[in-house]
Amino acid sequence: MNFELSDEQQLLADSLRKYLANDYSFDARAQIVASSTGYSEKTWAAFAEMGLLGIPFAEEHGGFGGNAVDLMSVMEVMGESLVVEPYWTNVGVAGRLIATGGSEAQRKRILPALIQGKQRLAFAHTEAASRYDLRSVGARAKRSAGGFILEGEKRAVLHAAAADTLIVSARTSGADGDPSGISLFLIDRGARGVTLKEYRTIDELRAADLWLNDVSVPADALLGGEGQALGLIEDVADYATALLCAEAVGGIRYANDTTLEYLKTRRQFGVPIGTFQALQHRMVEMVISYEQARSMACLACVKVEAAGGAERRRVISAAKIKVADACRHVSQESVQMHGGMGMTEELKVSHTFRRLTMIAQTFGDAEHHLERFAAADAAATA
Amino acid sequence: MDLSYNAEELAFRDEVRGWLRSNLPAELRQKVESYQELSKDDLLRWHRILADKGWVAPDWPKEWGGTDWTVTQRYIFEEECGFAATPPLVAFSLRMCAPVLLRFGTDAQKQKFLPRIYKGEDFWCQGYSEPGSGSDLASLKTKAVKQDGHYVVTGQKIWTTLAHYADWIFCLVRTDGSKEKRQDGISFLLIDMKTPGITVRPIILMDGGHETNEVFFDDVKVPVENLVHEEGKGWTVAKYLLGYERMGTGRIGASKRELARLKELAAHHTKNGKPILDDPRFRDRLTRVEVELMALEITNLRFLDQMRRSGKPPGADVSMLKIKGTEIQQAITELMMQAAGPLAQAYRPVDAMDFDHFTARLAPRYCNMRKATIYAGSNEIQRNIIAKATLGL
Repeated sequence: MNFELSDEQQLLADSLRKYLANDYSFDARAQIVASSTGYSEKTWAAFAEMGLLGIPFAEEHGGFGGNAVDLMSVMEVMGESLVVEPYWTNVGVAGRLIATGGSEAQRKRILPALIQGKQRLAFAHTEAASRYDLRSVGARAKRSAGGFILEGEKRAVLHAAAADTLIVSARTSGADGDPSGISLFLIDRGARGVTLKEYRTIDELRAADLWLNDVSVPADALLGGEGQALGLIEDVADYATALLCAEAVGGIRYANDTTLEYLKTRRQFGVPIGTFQALQHRMVEMVISYEQARSMACLACVKVEAAGGAERRRVISAAKIKVADACRHVSQESVQMHGGMGMTEELKVSHTFRRLTMIAQTFGDAEHHLERFAAADAAATA
Repeated sequence: MDLSYNAEELAFRDEVRGWLRSNLPAELRQKVESYQELSKDDLLRWHRILADKGWVAPDWPKEWGGTDWTVTQRYIFEEECGFAATPPLVAFSLRMCAPVLLRFGTDAQKQKFLPRIYKGEDFWCQGYSEPGSGSDLASLKTKAVKQDGHYVVTGQKIWTTLAHYADWIFCLVRTDGSKEKRQDGISFLLIDMKTPGITVRPIILMDGGHETNEVFFDDVKVPVENLVHEEGKGWTVAKYLLGYERMGTGRIGASKRELARLKELAAHHTKNGKPILDDPRFRDRLTRVEVELMALEITNLRFLDQMRRSGKPPGADVSMLKIKGTEIQQAITELMMQAAGPLAQAYRPVDAMDFDHFTARLAPRYCNMRKATIYAGSNEIQRNIIAKATLGL
């Protein structure tokens, strides 16, 4: 039993925290958010420089061969500073899909470029009616002479416009909702027939709806086995959820720290408002939420690669339930205790509120995971 | 980061688990599992089995019978006991009186009391709360006046758990009422329950059980050598104890066992022909409790890891374990009662009919466990402690 970070993990987190303190102040971030792309190439290059983009990938591709625990402290720091660059999407989602599902040639082509910051990806999976059901894929891919032709619509594709390459799920067989028949394809964002409508999300990221109209891709655009992608997608959803839990822990920590500071400095009726027991006890509950969420983020990051099958689903869903509940609890309380100021664009706490709110329902909200936990629990103990 | 026990710890866990399996008497286990009241004999029987094994006081120094276990081993032992459904050990003796004597007692006091506590020859209770002094303990009024080599004690204690079993009581009393600071002038006395002038009156709780009492002191003569630490320094002793009291309040092992039992119960009782366990409304509530418990287990291990690393006793953070642990324990009792549905209405047979259903214990258990967020420093007091000591509010 050991909850300490290793020296390397600590070093990575520290160097990122130091970089963000100098180059990613809340004001600097606001400018990035307001920019046309909504992310900073300079920051991205710095992440590549620090080696952050290569943490979980194999050494032969230029990575460090790390695991989810190695990413945990980095994700926490990203959460503290509300980093808007597509780190999680590239390292935790799309990059993971390439690393676990890609052919030798695909991995060789994409991972070194990703790690060096020269190529970015996004994962286009969610559709209008799919909600959090990973099997719900209506987009279709038909065999053609040279490869496949794709047709369909995707929604809320995070960081799509920042990506050079999109990983798109489409059905090569079966009906919407079938576990088999789902395939993944690598598609250039600028390919003929691909239309993006980009928008800002409430938590200041960028996303896009995506239309695939008669998009033609070669046979080697297929990522993983034809019709066999569900396992890959489920794996990446669990992996990315564990990382998201860690990001949430960072956000929650910030919200708690800044709220505690506010309780000590804001004066009303001639005294700091932190002297009121009604607020003290609520602050304590926020701290308990943080500790419990942090425990579950640790468990999720340790187990997501060590456990498999129903046990993995059980642990990841448990973590997401706790983290989603904690996100909601802490974000709401932190705004409430800041009073009117908590409502404003001016304070970082309102931005943290928005990010935590969206994390709570990314890859499944608490209700989704309550349902999944019950099924996994029955399967794990059967 | 590594959340699992190392090889030695796993071996230790298996040793404890195996030993418990063959040494915990089945009738005691069944009583604990089905929430039946434990008699003094039940408690002492288990105490003596552990004492014979040498495991009754793991955290004492080795010379007095401690086991020299690491903090992790102690935690494993406790969780295994909870999971195996052992009766509780008499905490007032082993976990409260003894640590105080070890820290503040004279050699004579240690020699006199510690071996008897170890062997289960003396049963202790705790005389802290008074009718007017609950969470505000420092306002206590029970008076002790020094006269001819004795303290003469007059006053009343309340909520004195298991006083009706006790041979001895350790008490906070006021030896000097003139101090400006209420915490000053309090002393810590050891009092033989057989001393003339002591009256114990039962308090029956809402589940019908008799656990706590009122204890009246009417000119009770206590030899001065039964004073612990200096006169007027009782508050220091009390504060030292409070940290101890909050240790192990997470009760993870016992809650895990009860949660498994709850799932069995909910799989057995049906709604519309299907197990209540599969009812989404019920199941979601159960899952949230289970998730809190999973989280609390890791939180507990994280605190343990910190303690192990720093070599320091636990800080105010321990209060968190008490708050969450007791909330979970209560939530489980509530869900158990609800899983049984209308069958939970049965309570006690009116005459000699055969009536021993597990379900009849669930509503009383639910009622009884409301105490958990009140005792050992109410959860509101725990929040005060965290607010003050950890958050600096």
